[in-house]
Amino acid sequence: MDAHKVVTIAPRIRVRGLGKVFGEKPQQVEALKDIDLEVCDNEFVTLVGASGCGKSTLLRIIGGLEYQTSGEILSSSKPVAGPGADRAMVFQHYSLYPWLDVMENIRFSRRLRANRHDITSADVEMASGRAEALLNLMGLSNMAHAYPNQLSGGMQQRVAIARALMGRPEILLMDEPFGALDAQTREVMHDLILHVFKLEKATIVFVTHDVEEAIYLGQRVVLLAPRPGRIDTIYKVPLPAQRHQDMKHAREFLDLKKEILQRIRETSGMKTDSELLEQLSRTAGNQ
Amino acid sequence: MATPSRARPGIWSIRGPMSQRRYWMLAAIGLIVPVLAWWAVANSGWVEKVFMPTPGSVWSRTALWWSEDNLLQDAGISIYRVTAGWLLSAVIAMPIGLLIGTFRPVQALLEPLTDFVRYMPAVAFIPLVMLWVGIDEGSKVAIIFIGTFFQMVLMVAEDVRRVPAAQIEAAQTMGATRMEIIQLVLLPSSKPALVDTLRITMGWAWTYLVVAELVAANSGLGYAILKAQRFLQTDKIFAGIILIGLIGLIIDQLFRLFHRKAFPWMHTKS
Repeated sequence: MDAHKVVTIAPRIRVRGLGKVFGEKPQQVEALKDIDLEVCDNEFVTLVGASGCGKSTLLRIIGGLEYQTSGEILSSSKPVAGPGADRAMVFQHYSLYPWLDVMENIRFSRRLRANRHDITSADVEMASGRAEALLNLMGLSNMAHAYPNQLSGGMQQRVAIARALMGRPEILLMDEPFGALDAQTREVMHDLILHVFKLEKATIVFVTHDVEEAIYLGQRVVLLAPRPGRIDTIYKVPLPAQRHQDMKHAREFLDLKKEILQRIRETSGMKTDSELLEQLSRTAGNQ
Repeated sequence: MATPSRARPGIWSIRGPMSQRRYWMLAAIGLIVPVLAWWAVANSGWVEKVFMPTPGSVWSRTALWWSEDNLLQDAGISIYRVTAGWLLSAVIAMPIGLLIGTFRPVQALLEPLTDFVRYMPAVAFIPLVMLWVGIDEGSKVAIIFIGTFFQMVLMVAEDVRRVPAAQIEAAQTMGATRMEIIQLVLLPSSKPALVDTLRITMGWAWTYLVVAELVAANSGLGYAILKAQRFLQTDKIFAGIILIGLIGLIIDQLFRLFHRKAFPWMHTKS
């Protein structure tokens, strides 16, 4: 059934018939239902949807931090059975190690047994060179010995991204990583992550509730609908690979944004704002 | 025209600002006034000297205790008992608390039980302890242990549980094993809270020390207080209580100093 697809190599991530039910028998909640999704090598996919649509849950299942109750996930054709260094995750906050300085945080994965197989000193040297390179890439070279609580929120997230990249994961999973940042910092982070994406030839799955962010970053935007969480529409972003802040004002960008927002409103089962306001003013008028 | 700058809010505004100098001035007043009041009441003649000794007589009694009654030995044996009981409880409570805070089955097995036992008053165990352990050093250590251990287990478990999930999950997605997460994330992350737990339980250990020494001892600060009561040496009772307070204060400050030295990352802000 996949024969019609022009995919020369297996996708990086393949999610098939995935379902997730939370809770035990009498009070079960179906968080995800029949999710089919493929993420190709060097692709940037963003997941959006109303709150409760299961986008974070889906990401966490891909990361192995939650388990699915049906269906399967293949990471580079191997079934996912728990978290692993091939799927690094960046969280919204509180994930840095406050007792380690910036450099020690970035190099954290080097302390794990999984990465202590380096045989030659050249390997070790290369790793320390990579830590330096990531530090520079993130614009943190003069912050190497600062503690996380001495950094701004934006800088903390840069450290978290560098730390996740340090182990050369096959895929980077980002769970609303800029959700706690102010709008200006977020714009800077957007261009930074796009730069990283290009430079590292990374594969990224990015969860956000910000539609503009989803379009600006993603090559594809996956819209999830709630109750039960399911994939509603997958949009291909009609923008060139090289993004620029000005594109946010382009007609294609605005049209897509409008379309997605409209669809989120429809799928969330909530009445549109204007309907709700009209109804409210009517009830107020009746009194 | 520039708008006039607003006056600095007064010290009585809610969570208002206050200069360091003023803070320490008020702190000094807060310490000196009660002592002055004590001095005034004791010297006024309203209260019998037997019930309320003067600060002067407490001071001279302390000096006498030091020079002729071996104060240092009394304090030493008390400090030893407190430290032994508290250390024993820490050595056992730390790993158990860590396991409760890390693994759900251990939590289910041990936490309800610990919760139950900690509500049993440690003091009520004294007759049992004397029966089982006897009346030598072991019994004092045992009472301090019973008084601190169960609380400590629950506090350590809570300290470990407070480690943010994102710190653990980040390590998992970097390929960390369970052992590595315990060693490289859970322990270092909860360490400052654990030191605070040790500091707080040390305070409780002193409370139980006095209880243990009041009931079954022939040395130590608590015993000295009890003996002083028999001879109506109110000034010595005062001296004993104040001494215990001072020793506790010094130990507490040492813990705080250690906290600042050991965890510089908690005490630095850009």
